[in-house]
Amino acid sequence: MYVAVKGGEAAIDNAHRLLAEARRGDPAVPELSVAQIREQMALLVDRVMTEGSLYDPDLAALALKQARGDVVEAVFLVRAYRTTLPRFGASAPVDTGTMAVERRVSATFKDLPGGQVLGPTFDYTHRLVDFALAADTASEPAAEAEPRADAGTCPRVTDLLAQDGLIEASPPDDGAPVGDLTREPVDYPADRALRLQALARGDEGFVLGLAYSTQRGYGRTHPFVGEIRVGAVAVEFVPEELGFAVPLGRVRLTECQMVNQFKGSGAAAPQFTRGYGLSFGQSERKAMAMALVDRALRAEELGEPVASPAQDQEFVLAHCDSLQATGFVEHLKLPHYVDFQAELELVRRLRAEFERKTETVEMQEAAE
Amino acid sequence: MTTSPRHPASEGEIGARQAVMALCAEASRTDLEAALSVLDTPAAADLRPPETGLVMASGRIGGDGRPFNLGEVSVTRAAIRLADGPAGFAYHLGRDRTKARLAAILDALWQDPDRRARVEAALAPAARRLAADRQQAARRTAATRVDFLTLARGDD
Repeated sequence: MYVAVKGGEAAIDNAHRLLAEARRGDPAVPELSVAQIREQMALLVDRVMTEGSLYDPDLAALALKQARGDVVEAVFLVRAYRTTLPRFGASAPVDTGTMAVERRVSATFKDLPGGQVLGPTFDYTHRLVDFALAADTASEPAAEAEPRADAGTCPRVTDLLAQDGLIEASPPDDGAPVGDLTREPVDYPADRALRLQALARGDEGFVLGLAYSTQRGYGRTHPFVGEIRVGAVAVEFVPEELGFAVPLGRVRLTECQMVNQFKGSGAAAPQFTRGYGLSFGQSERKAMAMALVDRALRAEELGEPVASPAQDQEFVLAHCDSLQATGFVEHLKLPHYVDFQAELELVRRLRAEFERKTETVEMQEAAE
Repeated sequence: MTTSPRHPASEGEIGARQAVMALCAEASRTDLEAALSVLDTPAAADLRPPETGLVMASGRIGGDGRPFNLGEVSVTRAAIRLADGPAGFAYHLGRDRTKARLAAILDALWQDPDRRARVEAALAPAARRLAADRQQAARRTAATRVDFLTLARGDD
């Protein structure tokens, strides 16, 4: 028999007080400020913004502080916060072509207008732990150089290929309303815009694993990084009361243009196809993984066999959200006393039946 | 709510107003306080109390194609009316209500042709600082640009 259980309140209160103390850690060590997290754990903040699907570095930094650095918990806090806010509307689509580029590399063309610009990158570092960082030593100031004449204009690498028809064009803006999975549950099959929204907020680890699976042969797409660019772009919004675009400020974004092989079909000449990734902040791994999975999810559209997890949109979209995933996995630790009691009864009954049958068989065998 | 009907806005004027709005959006709260401190500002009444909300930011597939929803940005807006007439508006990234209200006051002041030059002068230090920041960022980025060397191979 199950009896309703009460009495957890005091334990829960005390657990939360203990959590607050554990969050603070050793009081002899200075406390982190939100600004310190924002400035010095910037890529972590970018990840929380991307997966929390809310661009607000201070909020993401605060969420990380509250979550003791747990990314998924911080994403949970950010997503919960956004539900308390009204939505003013939708921005005009950002123009990544006008990005103030801080980093821009291409693996397909060595020489391109605007150049290959490394920016602040871990690439080419030796991945040796730098013990000098533990000693609070000031780093050398960044080098400076006169920007070259073409530094301000970085045409997309995909535009260079498009001039010869060697690569497919982006799907045209037909003015049709854009689906929003925060407003309407996803209906399958989901169009590419909706898939990109889901991937943009999807868990980096999950999307990365899927992207990797395509490279290992589970839905191979023969990818090249056409271009990765990181930098600030202006966001504009047209308020009803003004009727013109108001500049809201600039957000830092990472964009990845993946260029993939396509051998053509009866109707289409062979040309390169594309996968696209876009994320908040400097989140290169995420943008690259997103672009790979975006391309893999286009298998059906491009007449490729759909046989691998990364090509299965229901599999990808239904499982890429870290908050949904953690909700369902972590709910298992909450009291299931009633459910389990029922299961226990069932197993006892089945065992009793099993034993009865076995006894009957043994008695028959003995009689024969 | 509409903008002041006294001065039907020309396209050039909207562009100039957008430029000041962009400047206020990127400037710090301290910048805007400093600008207002040197301006003679009549009392401002809230048309709408400063409020934080969301704007869904969209990108384009492939950078130039069909739009898709990337994720939201937090935005704070304010709308005020000056005691002597014009209404001012501000929409900024982030959650700083005080800053948005200051920017709305500056927007209202700027719309008065007699005050415009003084508002722009008051904001000039912030504009100079932001331009210097952008220039320095561009110079640091430029120093990481790759110069490929072509190694001569063979005899020719």
